[in-house]
Amino acid sequence: MDLDTLNIAGPTITTLTAPFWDAASRGRLCIQRCEACDKAVFYPRPICPHCWSRRLVWRDASGKGRLKSFSLVHKPGHAGWVPAAPYLVGLVELDEGPTMLSFILTGARAPEVGDPLLLAPTQIGGRMLPAFKIDPNQRRNVG
Amino acid sequence: MRRSNGAIAGIGELKPQRLTAGVTTLEMIAEVSRLAVLDAGLEPGEIDGLLVGPQVGETPQHVPATIAEYLGLMPTMANVVDLGGASGAGMVWRAAAAIQAGMCEAVLCVLANNREEVPPRSPNRNPIREFDVPFGASGANISYALLMQAHMARYGSKAEDFAAIAAAARANAQLNPDAIFHGKPAGVEAVLASPMIASPLHLLEIVMPVAGGEAVVVVSAERARSLPRSPVHLLGAGEKVTHRAVSQAPCLTSGPLKSAMARAFAQSGTTAGEMSLLSLYDCYTIMVATTIEDAGICAPGQFGSWLRDHDLSHQGDKPLNTHGGQLGFGQPDLAGGMTHVVEAVRQLRGEAGARQIENARLALVTGNGATMSEATALVLGAS
Ligand SMILES: [Zn+2]
Repeated sequence: MDLDTLNIAGPTITTLTAPFWDAASRGRLCIQRCEACDKAVFYPRPICPHCWSRRLVWRDASGKGRLKSFSLVHKPGHAGWVPAAPYLVGLVELDEGPTMLSFILTGARAPEVGDPLLLAPTQIGGRMLPAFKIDPNQRRNVG
Repeated sequence: MRRSNGAIAGIGELKPQRLTAGVTTLEMIAEVSRLAVLDAGLEPGEIDGLLVGPQVGETPQHVPATIAEYLGLMPTMANVVDLGGASGAGMVWRAAAAIQAGMCEAVLCVLANNREEVPPRSPNRNPIREFDVPFGASGANISYALLMQAHMARYGSKAEDFAAIAAAARANAQLNPDAIFHGKPAGVEAVLASPMIASPLHLLEIVMPVAGGEAVVVVSAERARSLPRSPVHLLGAGEKVTHRAVSQAPCLTSGPLKSAMARAFAQSGTTAGEMSLLSLYDCYTIMVATTIEDAGICAPGQFGSWLRDHDLSHQGDKPLNTHGGQLGFGQPDLAGGMTHVVEAVRQLRGEAGARQIENARLALVTGNGATMSEATALVLGAS
């Protein structure tokens, strides 16, 4: 199954969120960091959700994370995803702190909570998305 | 004698239906409101408070005014309560608070939904739509599957433990002739044999969407004494909202109901162990598991063994969702959460018929919205 051929709705991009999607289209994961409290922020916001400062800047994330939970989706909530089923989605706790939901590429073995993840930019439905894959070189962290 | 913060004087409920053709939501609201006000022994003109849900299909805006006009009411307090599945429980304490504030004397709380063959789809712009949907996560099933997987990973809970919750709901539904699954029991094996929707979540662990409606009438405790029905008192309430998307949940294995329930117990001077009925919001099996643990009824991670040690039927030691829960009754959209309020009132009045709990005195009612995000807990007491 070529994920790129999926006929699915794309993101509803706004001026505020455009830097995230611009970076994603170039295979990078770019998230906000607050200059006031030094915490990373995802998803993009006009103010820091931790301290309400407006001093948010865009930074490339390390692309490393940990699988907090996952689901193998057999019956997608949107018809456009049916050709891809079953497919894997997961909650990715980024090394920088925030958690994002992402598409997880299936590998040689079944995923487990705590698995180390690596950014794996993937063409899905006509656009490059910051998907993830299990990092074969790191050990599982149940933490 | 515990202090009453207000009383539920009337209830109304529509029998769930899979589909309604040519019936508007407003028509269903009118019928279930009529039932609740009739049950309360009030005249429509005595209703001076109105709490409604946000998703009245025909009316995206000005919902309270539209419904008031439709029903011929001119309330002195009217509001939309938009807490997903917690809306029904959230209405009850708001009604009592409005009465205590002197804003009104009798509040109609109503939720109903029709269900068309082809549901309308509305475009929306929000963070979930932008950051979850493009990655393949549409709808609540995946979110609750992620919560369930996290519970299994952290505590070693098993698929059979969760399936037992759905099986118990189906068993209780056999004593409720109005339940959508009346006459259709399903045991643990049947739940586990049902199709996998989003691992580890099986089809029979998910509520069946139906059309329906629920309503209650809230008055002051003093007023309730002059009305025909035995009043059911609001003894305590708690509420908490923590996030919207599952990706932003502060914790995957415990939710905002934990502090909402703690406040409801503290306000009412009760404990979880004293409850005659646990009327727990059950959109998915995982929601019941987490609620039992968050209530302190068992230790975190231990709901599976707790279930094996207890009987959840009306005759059991821990009656839980005697109407079948939404897993057995069906989920009439936002009104689904109010089924837990209406059943608690029936039990505390001693009007639950074949499924009556002997000497029912106290009930815990929970509401839950979005992805374990919006939480309301009520402690209700018999007269
Ligand atoms: Zn900050």
